[in-house]
Amino acid sequence: MKILVCISQVPDTTTKIAFSDNNSTFNTAGVTFIINPYDEWYALVRALELKESGAATTVNLVTVGKADAEPVIRKALALGGDEAIRIDADSTDPYVVAAQIAEYAKSEGYDLVLCGKESIDYNNGSTGAMLAELLDMNFIGFASSLSIEGGVATVKREIEGGEETDTCALPLVVSCQKGMAEARIPNMRGIMAARTKPLKVVPAAAISPLTAIVSYDLPPAKTGVKLIDPNNMDELVELLHTQAKVI
Amino acid sequence: MSVIVLAEHQQGSFKKKSFEAIQYAAGIAQAMGTSVTAVVLGNAGDSEMQQLGQYGATKVLHVADARLDNLNARAYTKALVAAAEKEGAKVVVGLHDVTGKAVFPRVAARLKAGMVAGAVAQPDTASGFVVKKTVFSGKAFASVNITSDVKVVTLMPNTFAVKKGEGSTAVEKLEVAFEDKDFAVQVKEVSKVTGTVPLAEAELVVSGGRGMKGPENWHILEDLAKELGAATACSRPVADSHWRPHHEHVGQTGGTIRPNLYIAAGISGAIQHLAGVNGSKTIVVINKDPEAPFFKAADYGVVGDVLEVLPKLTEAVKKWKASHN
Ligand SMILES: Cc1cc2nc3c(=O)[nH]c(=O)nc-3n(C[C@H](O)[C@H](O)[C@H](O)COP(=O)(O)OP(=O)(O)OC[C@H]3O[C@@H](n4cnc5c(N)ncnc54)[C@H](O)[C@@H]3O)c2cc1C
Ligand SMILES: Nc1ncnc2c1ncn2[C@@H]1O[C@H](COP(=O)(O)O)[C@@H](O)[C@H]1O
Repeated sequence: MKILVCISQVPDTTTKIAFSDNNSTFNTAGVTFIINPYDEWYALVRALELKESGAATTVNLVTVGKADAEPVIRKALALGGDEAIRIDADSTDPYVVAAQIAEYAKSEGYDLVLCGKESIDYNNGSTGAMLAELLDMNFIGFASSLSIEGGVATVKREIEGGEETDTCALPLVVSCQKGMAEARIPNMRGIMAARTKPLKVVPAAAISPLTAIVSYDLPPAKTGVKLIDPNNMDELVELLHTQAKVI
Repeated sequence: MSVIVLAEHQQGSFKKKSFEAIQYAAGIAQAMGTSVTAVVLGNAGDSEMQQLGQYGATKVLHVADARLDNLNARAYTKALVAAAEKEGAKVVVGLHDVTGKAVFPRVAARLKAGMVAGAVAQPDTASGFVVKKTVFSGKAFASVNITSDVKVVTLMPNTFAVKKGEGSTAVEKLEVAFEDKDFAVQVKEVSKVTGTVPLAEAELVVSGGRGMKGPENWHILEDLAKELGAATACSRPVADSHWRPHHEHVGQTGGTIRPNLYIAAGISGAIQHLAGVNGSKTIVVINKDPEAPFFKAADYGVVGDVLEVLPKLTEAVKKWKASHN
């Protein structure tokens, strides 16, 4: 069984978000990029577990991005995986990302494609399902556990107001969230090995974006907290009703 | 060239967020000088579907195949695409929830439509079709222009208040030629959270951190949640220490929620925690440390011991409810 794990690079969560060029560009000056947590802790680690248990033969990593995405995919390789593929395309439109991965993956015979439930920068949560459509595969989103037996996947996933266990024959695209695996820390051996693992650069296919970001803005700053006397909870309740209008 | 919208339901009953989606679609239709067709999948009764007219759907296309009672991304996609084609839809609207996230990216890819996931404002059609959405986990907004001919937008639930109107709707059956492969994902077991309010959809949430001291104190927090009709949540260390189940943990590695009210009791307000909750409309923080970072993100703050403040707040809610009934 061949697994492909989709890895996106995102700003570290502690990043202070700022924009430049008249609020039209995300200002990356001084920003540290990390592997999208859902991709790292859940999708990648589960893929590695499946390989360690003998269920999978190959785990490859793919990212859509320009050369600046390479340090992050190398970091992902330090956790494990056989080879990394970087598709040399811009990654701002979710359709372009999915279509680029689909172009590459369609002739590679992957049985299972794992991605994160969403990337913490653009919060689309769209790539996995789009990719499934473009590869004509089934898709199960928000999975918290995944096992494979005899070419059939058993997946536990979130649904409206609960949880569901599904089965589906491979090939399949699954988006992963908490529960799927325990986070791992790369060790020295992994980091050394990652340096010599292949990182293939695939040229971008000709795919036009269907959306364009026009501008960014920051939410209005909180006007400051209103402190309430701990002995006057009646006042808090009244404010929640009359001022905040939430109860 | 109408606007179509998926009206999600559970066993035939429509939720508030479905009305919200229809109302949102009606706003778009009005700006474009057209009308709204709602799509209903699976078993639903006529009188329930009639309600959809009150929020702006002038027509309902009902795909009454019972296999659609469970979410199935492929089959839902086929039905929505069939509806879009029948109506010549230029805009397809859904919700940014677990159903919408499985279905609409597929619909968008099939229609080669640009998509904005998680819209928080009505599209601006003055020049182009510009939709505002949250990015960086609530730390900013992006305005995104959809440049393709057909457009897909999913609305962040709880963005707008719903207003019930007078309209009526015409229900029409739509037959879709499903194949076996559309139902290749098979449901083996469903477990719904019953009794309590599911966290992801809750409008009010009471959440506890390490400041709660231990699982034995959680009934204090649950009392407040019960009084408010709120869901309960927690910080990550609380789930890691098994004080609370992991599905309650919110933040960067847990769930992302956007309730109207988030009450944080004994939570310090680390950035990874905030990432999951700072989309909340109103935040109340209870912490004994006046320097706790969470106060910076709060609308209302109470400096005090949670174990004392929470019962007082519960009492105050009780009293207030009694005087407002
Ligand atoms: C990569 C990464 C991802 C993470 N993801 C998440 C995540 O998804 N969600 C998450 O929550 N955390 C996450 N964390 C952990 C996060 O950084 C914090 O450590 C965590 O949120 C702290 O939880 P806490 O506020 O409950 O505990 P603490 O930080 O221990 O804070 C307890 C607070 O309670 C107050 N307190 C103590 N006693 C009382 C009392 N009697 N009355 C009132 N107040 C009291 C204290 O003043 C303090 O502010 C992540 C961390 C990392 C590094
Ligand atoms: N540029 C990218 N390259 C590879 N995978 C990506 C990229 N962007 C998103 N993904 C994958 O798709 C998932 C959902 O991302 P998104 O749809 O952007 O929220 C992520 O968790 C990744 O697994």
